[in-house]
Amino acid sequence: MSGAAGTPGAGGAPAAPDTGGGPGTPGAGGAAGIPGAGWRRADGAPAQGRERRRRGGRRGGARDGDPVVEEAAFTSYYGRPVIKPPVWKQPDVPLYLFLGGAAGTSAAIGALADATGRPALARAGHSVAAAGALTSVGYLIHDLGRPERFLNMLRVLKVTSPLSVGSYVLAPFSALTTATALAGQLGWFPRLRRVSGAVAGVLGGPMTTYTAVLLANTAVPSWHTPYRELPYVFAGSAMAAGGGLTAALTPVGEAGPARRIAVAGAAIELGTMHRVEQGHGLVSEPYRIGRAGVLLRAARACTAAGVGLTLLGGRSRAAAVVGGSLLAAGSALTRFGVFDAGLTSAKDPKYTVAPQRERARTRDAAGEVTTPLS
Amino acid sequence: MTSISSLSAAFTGRDPDHQLFGPVPDRTGQSYEAVHPKRVGFFTDTSVCIGCKACEVACKEWNTLPMDDAHGQIDALGLSGESYDNTGMLGANSWRHVAFVEQSRAVDLPMPTVGLPGADAGTRPLQDPPVVHEGVPASATTAEQTDPQQTSSGDREIRWLMSSDVCKHCTHAACLDVCPTGSLFRTEFGTVVVQEDICNGCGYCVPACPYGVIDQRESDGRVFKCTLCYDRLTDGREPACASACPTQSIQFGDLDELQARADERLRALQDKGVEGARLYGRDEGDGVGGAGAFFLLLDEPEVYGLPPDPVVTTRDLPSMWRHAAAGAAMVLGLVAGAFAGRRR
Repeated sequence: MSGAAGTPGAGGAPAAPDTGGGPGTPGAGGAAGIPGAGWRRADGAPAQGRERRRRGGRRGGARDGDPVVEEAAFTSYYGRPVIKPPVWKQPDVPLYLFLGGAAGTSAAIGALADATGRPALARAGHSVAAAGALTSVGYLIHDLGRPERFLNMLRVLKVTSPLSVGSYVLAPFSALTTATALAGQLGWFPRLRRVSGAVAGVLGGPMTTYTAVLLANTAVPSWHTPYRELPYVFAGSAMAAGGGLTAALTPVGEAGPARRIAVAGAAIELGTMHRVEQGHGLVSEPYRIGRAGVLLRAARACTAAGVGLTLLGGRSRAAAVVGGSLLAAGSALTRFGVFDAGLTSAKDPKYTVAPQRERARTRDAAGEVTTPLS
Repeated sequence: MTSISSLSAAFTGRDPDHQLFGPVPDRTGQSYEAVHPKRVGFFTDTSVCIGCKACEVACKEWNTLPMDDAHGQIDALGLSGESYDNTGMLGANSWRHVAFVEQSRAVDLPMPTVGLPGADAGTRPLQDPPVVHEGVPASATTAEQTDPQQTSSGDREIRWLMSSDVCKHCTHAACLDVCPTGSLFRTEFGTVVVQEDICNGCGYCVPACPYGVIDQRESDGRVFKCTLCYDRLTDGREPACASACPTQSIQFGDLDELQARADERLRALQDKGVEGARLYGRDEGDGVGGAGAFFLLLDEPEVYGLPPDPVVTTRDLPSMWRHAAAGAAMVLGLVAGAFAGRRR
C-alpha cells in the first residue's frame, strides 16, 4: 500500500460543495458540506499534505515570469489517467502534421508562381509540395496499426471524422502534386500541368488546417480546449514552413512572394501559439512545462531567428537558405511541441478531471438538474 | 425514450441542432425492419458489487481476450501494488474492470466543546456511538444503515467502493464518430462495436473516447473494446459478464426498463439514508446524450476513475470545421496577396 504515496491526491477539493444527489448528513455533524461526506482514500496521506507534495514535486514547472496556474484540487483513481493517451507514434505523426502543412502552402505557391511567370519558384513549390505530400502519406501509413489496410481510409467518407475528410484531401493532393512536379521536371503536358497544379494549390489550403481539427477533435484536454486557435496555429506554421522552404530553394530574385508568405505565416504562428500557451488556464499548462515547453521555446527561437534573417538578409541567398531552414525547423518544432503537450495532458488525470469538475460545479450552481432525482 | 443516434441522422436536417450531442429525436418506426430490437444496455449497481471479478473472468473467457497486467501489457503477470485491483484499467484486453477503492473518514464523537484540543483524549467512550441519519433508527449500526461493505473502527469509519466499469455504449459515441474507416458501427441493439476485419489501426478512436475505454492492442495493431457481447445478443442471450455476476450488480436488459429500475433503486437507497448515492450516465441530457451502460455510484465519478462531466468531442466539430475553413481561406488569401504585391 505504500506505493500509493506516489499517486496524486485522492482527496478531493476541501472547499467543494456537496454535488452528490444524496441527502446531507445532518446527524453526522462535521461530515455535512464536505465532498463525498468526508470520505478519503484510506491508504494515503491527508489531502492537504498530498496537495503540498504535488506542488513542490513538479520539476520544470512554472518558470519565472510564467503566469501561475492555481494548483488544481482533484480526485483520481490511484493517479491513473481518465482518458487513454493517443497511441500515435513519434516522430511519425508530428512529421506528418509538419510535412502536410509545408506541402499545402508550397502547392499554392507553386500554382501562383506558375501563373505569374516565376518558373524557378514554381519548380521549388511543386517539388516541396510533392516531396512533402508523399513523405506525409508515408508517415501516416507507417503509423497505422495495420499499414496494409491503409486503403480502408477511403472506404467511407465521414464528415464527423477529420481523418476521413483529411484522407480525401490528402489522397488527391499527393497524387496531383506528384504529377505536377513530375510533369514539370520532364517538361511534359505543360497545360495539363497548370491545371493539376492549380487544383493542388486550392487543396493546399485545407491541407494546412485539417490536421488541427484532427488533433482538436479528441478528448485530449490540451488539444480540444484550444480548438478555436489551433487551425490558425497550423495555418501560420504551414505558411512559415512552405514559404521558408520554397524561398530557400529559389533564386532571391523570384522568391519575394515566398519570403512575404513565410514572414506573415511566422507572425500568425507566434501570435496564435501564444494564445494557446497562455489563454486556457490549467489546460495551457502542458504547453509550458516539460518536454513540450522546451520544444515550443525552441520553436519560438527558431521562428523568430528565421523571420529576422528573412527580413534583414536582403538579397543574400545564404540568408534565405538559413532563414528558410530556421522557419521550417520552427514549424516542425511547433508540431512536436503541440503533440507532446497533448500527450502530457492526456496522461495526467488532473487536466481531465479538474476542468470537468469545475464545469459541473458551475452548472450545478446555476441550478441545472444533472441527476434525475436530485 | 431510448432512441438511437446514427451518423445518418446528422444529415437528415430535421433537428440540426441536436444530432452531434444532446438528446436524440425518437426514431421509432423509422427502421428498415418492421420490428426493430429495443436499445439494450447495462445498469451496474455498485452498491451491491462485492468485487469478485467474476465479470472480468467471464468476459475474458467468452471473448478469448489475452492475459495482461495492470498497464495493458500482454502476457505479463504484474501486481498493481495499490489495491486488490490488478486489472488497473479498461483496455484492448480488459473489457470489464472492477475498480477497488478503500476509503476512511473520521467520525464525529460527542466531545466537550471547551478545553484544549486533545485534552479529552482519555475520556472517549470505549464504544463508538452509531452515526445517526435521518429516517434511520438510531439503534441501527453504521453498517446496517448504509451497506455491508462499511465498518467502523475507533474514531474512523472504513468502506470499500467496488465498481465494475465497462464501455458506456454512448448515445453519441466519439469513437464511432471519428472512425475514418467505418469499422466502428452502431448495432441494431444501439450498441457500439468494432468490425475487426475493417479496422486499420489508425488509433483515432483511442484519444477520442472521453472515458478512456477503447485501446489498441500493440501486438495486433487494431483496437478492441466491449461489444456488449454482440454475438450473444444476436442469439438472444445476455452478455457474459451479466450472467456471471453473482449479486446482480451488473444488470442487462432493455435500456428503458433498466433506467426505471435504476431510478427506483436510487430512491430506495436515498430513503435509507445512503450518502452520496447517484446515477452516472443515466441523464440523456449529459455530454454524451446518455450512456447505454450506466452506473449507480456511491461517490463522485472521479473516485472510480470516471470523468465527472464527459462531453462527446464531436459536439464542437462544426465550429472546428468552420475555423479550419477560415484558416484555409486565410492561407490561400495571404498566398495570393503575396503574389499580387509588387514584383521583386
